[in-house]
Amino acid sequence: MAQGAQKIVFRPLNLARCIIWSGFALLLLVLPLFFNKGFALTLMCQIGTIMIFSLSFNMLLGQSGMLSLGHAVYSGLGAYFAIHMLNLIGKGWLFPVSLLPLVGGLAGALFGVLFGYVTTKKSGTPFAMITLGIGELVFAMSLMFPEFFGGEGGVSSNRIAGEPLFGFITFGPQIQVYYLVAVWLFICTAAMYAFTHTPLGRIANAVRDNPERVEFIGYETQRVRYLVLIISGFFAGIAGGLGAINFEIVSSENVSAIRSGTVLLFTFIGGVPFFFGPMIGAVIFGFFIVVLATITKAWLLYLGLFFVMMVMYCPGGIATLIMMQFPIVKAGRFREIFPSYCLAVAAGLTLLAALVFAVEMIYHLSLEAAAGTTKAFFGYDVEVASATPWLGVALLSGIGAVLFVAARRGISTHWDRIMGDIIRSQTA
Amino acid sequence: MNAPAPMPVIAAALELRAVRKSFGVTEIIRGVDLAITKGERHAVIGPNGAGKSTLFNLISGRFGVSTGAILLNGGDLAGLKPFEINRKGLARSFQITNIFANLSVFENIRCAVLYPLGYKYSFWKALSTLKDANLRADEILELIGLKKRRDVKAGLLTYAEQRALEIGITIAGGAEVILLDEPTAGMSRSESDQAVELIRKVTVGKTLVMVEHDMSVVFSLADRISVLVYGEVIATDVPEKIRGNAAVQEAYLGTSLAEGAH
Repeated sequence: MAQGAQKIVFRPLNLARCIIWSGFALLLLVLPLFFNKGFALTLMCQIGTIMIFSLSFNMLLGQSGMLSLGHAVYSGLGAYFAIHMLNLIGKGWLFPVSLLPLVGGLAGALFGVLFGYVTTKKSGTPFAMITLGIGELVFAMSLMFPEFFGGEGGVSSNRIAGEPLFGFITFGPQIQVYYLVAVWLFICTAAMYAFTHTPLGRIANAVRDNPERVEFIGYETQRVRYLVLIISGFFAGIAGGLGAINFEIVSSENVSAIRSGTVLLFTFIGGVPFFFGPMIGAVIFGFFIVVLATITKAWLLYLGLFFVMMVMYCPGGIATLIMMQFPIVKAGRFREIFPSYCLAVAAGLTLLAALVFAVEMIYHLSLEAAAGTTKAFFGYDVEVASATPWLGVALLSGIGAVLFVAARRGISTHWDRIMGDIIRSQTA
Repeated sequence: MNAPAPMPVIAAALELRAVRKSFGVTEIIRGVDLAITKGERHAVIGPNGAGKSTLFNLISGRFGVSTGAILLNGGDLAGLKPFEINRKGLARSFQITNIFANLSVFENIRCAVLYPLGYKYSFWKALSTLKDANLRADEILELIGLKKRRDVKAGLLTYAEQRALEIGITIAGGAEVILLDEPTAGMSRSESDQAVELIRKVTVGKTLVMVEHDMSVVFSLADRISVLVYGEVIATDVPEKIRGNAAVQEAYLGTSLAEGAH
């Protein structure tokens, strides 16, 4: 009985997996058809690179319970090795530019072997502290040895080097870099996903849940952490190598604590408990760092607020928020809770509008006072010094608050009722 | 009742020689000698604070002994870490449930069979293709009666189910010597009756050492019993003789052993 039942259960799962992966490949393939402007292409290249980086980071945090505060060390050093290799190719070395990320990956893994030996001796908070220390050490070194790290200016290069791939791919046009990133992203995502279904990948989960017990089923937890860190360093290095090709410059910023903190931030926002969470985080990264930063000076404030809200109200990240809906959708009852969600979105947007108006006006008054008290909002000139816009902000906040209370009540009643029914039907 | 187990002539499955353990100036284990024969079911009983759990922690390598020696199948365990001792064929369970809460019940068991089956740290093999590991894990699930709960997160199991899983993880690796630390703690009577049946079933042909407070469990399972009081074994004998032992009676402050003592 069990045999037959299992087959029925497993087949659609595999089918779903096939659909998801071919959908992912197709998406990567056709995205440039819709976003073919230079800016959009660069943005997508950057997001793809960060996806690999944050997935590698989550191998440690989400899958093995290791909070690394210095993960940029592996991507950054990988990037340095890749860009030096790129320069060597420019000098006539025979090596395809398309395989440069592999150089970065090997460098990342090598430094994983080196630094990981020290950091993975400990777990938990001591591990986090040591990785922070190693990160600072490497950053300091990057300024001390300009021969390799290029000092403050970094190392720059030209990616149009060596023989063109298939005779015409020079990686000069951004679209070619995009497809290089896309191919590497697909391979790395598939490889890292496969890793989660191997003995080491599973034991890493066990180490995350209960390191003590792992020692009593024959595994040395330190060895598990060490191996995972090396593999994670490998993929981080690949991301670094891709970044080097994309930007044609690598500087000490690539190994800095800021970079390490950024990957932690966006991986967390995306969702640590799920494999694909960091990929969502990378897209949000693109939005904040690349898009929002060009629109407003206050983007860091928005990012900070967003992050704090996520940590407080949704510590599982956006991926968890999505996955939580699955049982409801599966039970065919999403329609019941959907109006409340719409209300919540309306409340969120109203409150966001109030926040944005207030913040932008304050920024305008404090930072751009010399430019007068008139600020342009979506083509309209707003007189910041008058009371009217502030009353508008107050009104929006009030409406938003009322909507928020109503939405929260609606969601919680519907949620409790539907989940209660689902649980009852399961146990019955 | 079972026939008295013969005293070991050759190397015992597990042997403790003058084992002592101090934490700071406090000596918790004060010279324990114990020899457990292959295939024997041995219970360690004693009042709270007697050092029973410490004794288990010493045997399983969680702590090192201060002086003395612990031998597994004649081999000294001195200086070995828990995972090394486990690889030599000794597995233990915990008094406080110690499972992988975010993994499914099946994954919990499968994790425990990977190393002994030789998959070790491999990251080039897909778990779904490891037929022997998956088969063995499903067999263990059947054995511990959690087959229906196969894909449930271990953290969501009921207490009794978690205790069964705890035993399942312990025996899954196929270790020859099994240490169970209060396997029925916190269970109702009917639950602990089931647990006794489970323990009997899964330890067939193995050497079992258990710490247990529930005397009905002890007397129905154990071939021999050791009584540990203040870090010393005051008696080791078959259950019938332990029941009548005056020193043991005194250690339990006059409570009747048959009714259970704490």
